[in-house]
Amino acid sequence: MSTIELAGVSRWFGNVVAVNDVTMTIGPGVTGLLGPNGAGKTTLLAMMSGFLPPSSGTVTLDGMAIWRNPKMYRSIGLVPEAEAMFDSMTAQQFVLANAQLHGLDDPVAATAAALEQVEMQDARDRRIGTFSKGMKQRIKMATALVHSPTVLLLDEPFNGMDPRQRMHLLALLQRLGAEGHTVLFSSHILEEVEDIAGTIEVLVAGRQAASGDFRSIRRLMTERPHQYTLSSSDNRALAAAIISDGSADAVSITATGLEVQASDFGRFVHALPRVAHDATIALYDVTPADDSLESVFSYLVAR
Amino acid sequence: MNIVVMRLAYRALLGSRRSWVLIGLALLLFAVAGLIRWGSGGSLGASAGVIVNFGFGILVPIMCLLVGTGVIAPEIEDGSIVYVLAKPLPRRTIVFSKLAVAIPVALVFSVASIVVAAQIAGDKDGQLAAAMGVSAALASIAYTSVFFMIAILTRNSIIVGLIYALLWEGVLAGYVPGVRTLSIRQWALAPAEEMLKGNPVWNVSSDVGLIAGIVLLVITTTAAIWISVQRLKSLSVRVSD
Repeated sequence: MSTIELAGVSRWFGNVVAVNDVTMTIGPGVTGLLGPNGAGKTTLLAMMSGFLPPSSGTVTLDGMAIWRNPKMYRSIGLVPEAEAMFDSMTAQQFVLANAQLHGLDDPVAATAAALEQVEMQDARDRRIGTFSKGMKQRIKMATALVHSPTVLLLDEPFNGMDPRQRMHLLALLQRLGAEGHTVLFSSHILEEVEDIAGTIEVLVAGRQAASGDFRSIRRLMTERPHQYTLSSSDNRALAAAIISDGSADAVSITATGLEVQASDFGRFVHALPRVAHDATIALYDVTPADDSLESVFSYLVAR
Repeated sequence: MNIVVMRLAYRALLGSRRSWVLIGLALLLFAVAGLIRWGSGGSLGASAGVIVNFGFGILVPIMCLLVGTGVIAPEIEDGSIVYVLAKPLPRRTIVFSKLAVAIPVALVFSVASIVVAAQIAGDKDGQLAAAMGVSAALASIAYTSVFFMIAILTRNSIIVGLIYALLWEGVLAGYVPGVRTLSIRQWALAPAEEMLKGNPVWNVSSDVGLIAGIVLLVITTTAAIWISVQRLKSLSVRVSD
C-alpha cells in the first residue's frame, strides 16, 4: 500500500505556470486525473514519476521525495503517453529487458506473468514496431507491471484503444485498484473516468478544480445550465414557443438565430423537436454552445 | 555498469542507419586514400596529409559524433529513454554503460579506418599507421564522451557537434591561433607528432606538447562524463507525444 502526496506543488516553465499550488493525496484504489488538454495533467504526472522537479512544494511517495531518487522506481510503474519503445525488439525481449533493468530475481517468470496480465502472450515473439496502438499500450502496461509495483501511473492510457481493448484495460485497472495498488490515470474524457475511478482529481489550467468522490462531481457537472445556439425558419416564433413551453430558462435572439439556456437539459432536448413541429417551424441548426470539456471544467472552477 | 543497458545501447547503435553511415565514411576514406596514392605516386608526405587532415581531422570526429550521440540522442528525442530511466539504477551506471558501448565502437571504426587508410595511401614500416592509430584512439575517447554529453545537453546535438568538429576545429583553428590549442584534435595529435618526429617527411605537428595534450584529453573526457551524469540526474523527459 503506497500513498503519493503532493503538498503545495507548483511548476512553471519560464513565464508559463503549468501547475499551480496543487495539494492532493493519492492513496490505494483507482484515481482519475481529469482535465482538458493543456490543463497540466502530464506535468503533474511527470512530477509524480520523478521526471520533473516541482518549482515549489513537495512530491513524495510514502514520505520520501521522488525527484532524483531512482530507488523509488522499485515501487512505481509508469505508462507514458509517448508511444516510442524499442521497436526492433519483440514484446518478450522488451518486457524481459525491463524486468532485468529492475534487477528482479526471476525476470523470465516476471515477464511471462506481465505478458499474461495484459493478454499478450500470443504476440510475444512479434516485433513491437508491427503492433497496433492498442497492442503497444498493452506492452507499455506489461513493462510497468513487470516488477509488481505498488503504484501505477498512467498518462492518457485509453488513447487510441478500440472498445474491446478499452474494456480489458478498464477491468485490469479495476482489479489492480481492488488489490490495493495505488492507480492514477489521466484522461480528458469524462466517461472514461466515470467507469472505473472512485475518486477523481479535476485539474483546470494548472489548478485543482475539484477533488473527491466521482458521483458528486459528476452531479455538479450535469446540473449546470446548458447553452444552445439554434437557427430555424422563424426564430422569433420559435423563441416564443420555447418560452411558453417552459422547457428552457432563457432565450435571446441574436443576429444569426437564438441562444437558449436550459437548466434541465434532458427535458429541453426532448421538448425542442416537438415544440418546433407543433409550431410548424423548421430547425436548421442546433448546437450545444458549451459542451466542451473546457466549459464544463470552467463551470466547476467557478463553483 | 549494467549489461542490459549496454545491450540496448548496442542494439540501438548498430541496428540503425548510423552503422551504415559509419561503414560508408570508412569506405570514403579508403577511396580518397587510394586516389591520393595514385595521384601522388605514393608520396609519404601526401599520405600523411590525407590521413591527418581528412581522415583524422574530419572523419574521426564525425564518426565519434554519430556514435556518441547515437547511443542516447534518439532515445531522448522519442521519449523511449523513460524505460531506462524509470528503473532503480543510479544514473551514473546508465552513463557508464552507454559509454562502455559507444567508446569501443568509435575506437574500432576510427582506428581501423585510419590504420587501413594509412596502408592504402602509403606508409613506411607502419610508422604512420601506428602514430595516427594512437592519436585516433585518444581522440575517439574524448570526442565520443564530449558528443555524448552534448546529446544530453541539447536536442540539436548533431548540429552542435558538427559546428564544434568542423567549424571550430576545422575552420577557425586555421585562422585563430588560440583556438588551435583548445581542440581535441590538436591534443590528440601530440602523441603522433612525438612518434613521427624522427622523420621529417611526415610533417605531423601539434600545437601542444605531449604531456599537455594527454592531460587536457583526460580532463576533457572526465569533465564530459561527469557533466553527463549530473545532467542525466535531472533530465526532464517528455512523457507524452
